[in-house]
Amino acid sequence: MHAIAKRLLFSSAMATTVIFAMGAASPEASRDRYLRPAEAPAPADNQLTPDRVQLGRALFFDPRLSGSNWISCATCHNPGLGWSDGLPTGWGHGMKKLGRATPTILNTAFNPIQMWDGRKSTLEDQALGPIGADAEMNQPLPELVAKLSKIDGYRSMFKKAYPSEGISEVTIAKAIASFERTVISTESPFDRWRMGDAQAISESAKRGFETFTGKANCQACHSGFNFTDNGFHNIGVKNDGAEDVGRFAQRPVASLKGAFKTPTLRDIALTAPYMRNGAYRTLEEVVEHYDRGGDLKENLSPEIKPLHLSTQEKADLVEFMKSLTGKPMQVALPQLPQ
Amino acid sequence: MRKFIVITLATAAFIAIAGPAAAADHVVSQKDGAFSVGTLQAKSGDEVTFKNEDKVFHNVFSLSKILPFDLGAYGPGQAKKVKLDQPGKIQVECAIHPSMTMVIDVSR
Repeated sequence: MHAIAKRLLFSSAMATTVIFAMGAASPEASRDRYLRPAEAPAPADNQLTPDRVQLGRALFFDPRLSGSNWISCATCHNPGLGWSDGLPTGWGHGMKKLGRATPTILNTAFNPIQMWDGRKSTLEDQALGPIGADAEMNQPLPELVAKLSKIDGYRSMFKKAYPSEGISEVTIAKAIASFERTVISTESPFDRWRMGDAQAISESAKRGFETFTGKANCQACHSGFNFTDNGFHNIGVKNDGAEDVGRFAQRPVASLKGAFKTPTLRDIALTAPYMRNGAYRTLEEVVEHYDRGGDLKENLSPEIKPLHLSTQEKADLVEFMKSLTGKPMQVALPQLPQ
Repeated sequence: MRKFIVITLATAAFIAIAGPAAAADHVVSQKDGAFSVGTLQAKSGDEVTFKNEDKVFHNVFSLSKILPFDLGAYGPGQAKKVKLDQPGKIQVECAIHPSMTMVIDVSR
């Protein structure tokens, strides 16, 4: 096994693969499903190697991937900001304000569907989308291939990473996806508690977990180790007049109007503001949203109902969510190929 | 000739008594985030009952040309029914959980 792949592993004692926690049992019985799987899956034609990850890291941080040569993937997916940007919604090419929040790329390796509206299925599919989008990085892809092909350092790196494939849109996507597969949540206090360290989280966080999996019904959507069902729900977030049909654009089914993909809660303390349009600055505001059963009732998910939580229960939920945040992954900025 | 008439009358009488083959009601459950079958073999005229045995809502739908339908969201313990009135293959999904997919293969 490659060293990179080994870095993705927890200890064997943590190896659990249950991701989709539909029929949840009691908190005690369901505990194992909240531990991270041992390996992040990768497609057969793009298994992780150190050369691929190194190339992907360079591409990810390289502003020359944009039409302006000024915006890199990391401009919006900033590792110092939870692999997001700290803004309500992203800013794209020409300082154009985008319509949706920049989602973290943390643990996207485990997601079978990508983007807020699920319009991409794999990381390879996803990687080229923002690069080629006029509003985002505004870099026509054929021109990008030509641009990178003129850089000696990249020619060498592509040759090592994909010896028989050359520099192409496909290998650019594969390399970026490979790097993204190494952006994995680290061990959090919550994980240590689950592995038996009773002191790893506070009593408030423990109560919060009980509320999360019980009265508050959070796990109906935020299920499994990654705290997402990879599903789509309209949770009634105010949109300030900027209507966004969300998943409905991909699947014109009535319940999907205004529905968006459930985001992970891993490292949630690092990824404010919250919701698909950055509507809330704090986790306390998020809990209040759910407690009142959302704001916009049209097409609201039937899972969203007023919760009537006490002040203590709300505080416990926030404490629990904070316990899902580990030490941020340390990423060395690459010297970009010349 | 007389023998042929007797057989024909007998066949007609049998059909009159037994009628055409009865339509079946297939039950497909949704449990642990999956349909209970990947492909359901059925006949035109059959019905399919989608039964939610999970603890969360599901929303079964199809955008297929031969039988587009949207059962809407329905909760734990609830069931909804679809009548298959044309032969063909029907791709079925859950709107809420896109990893839940199945096919209904309807024959004449």
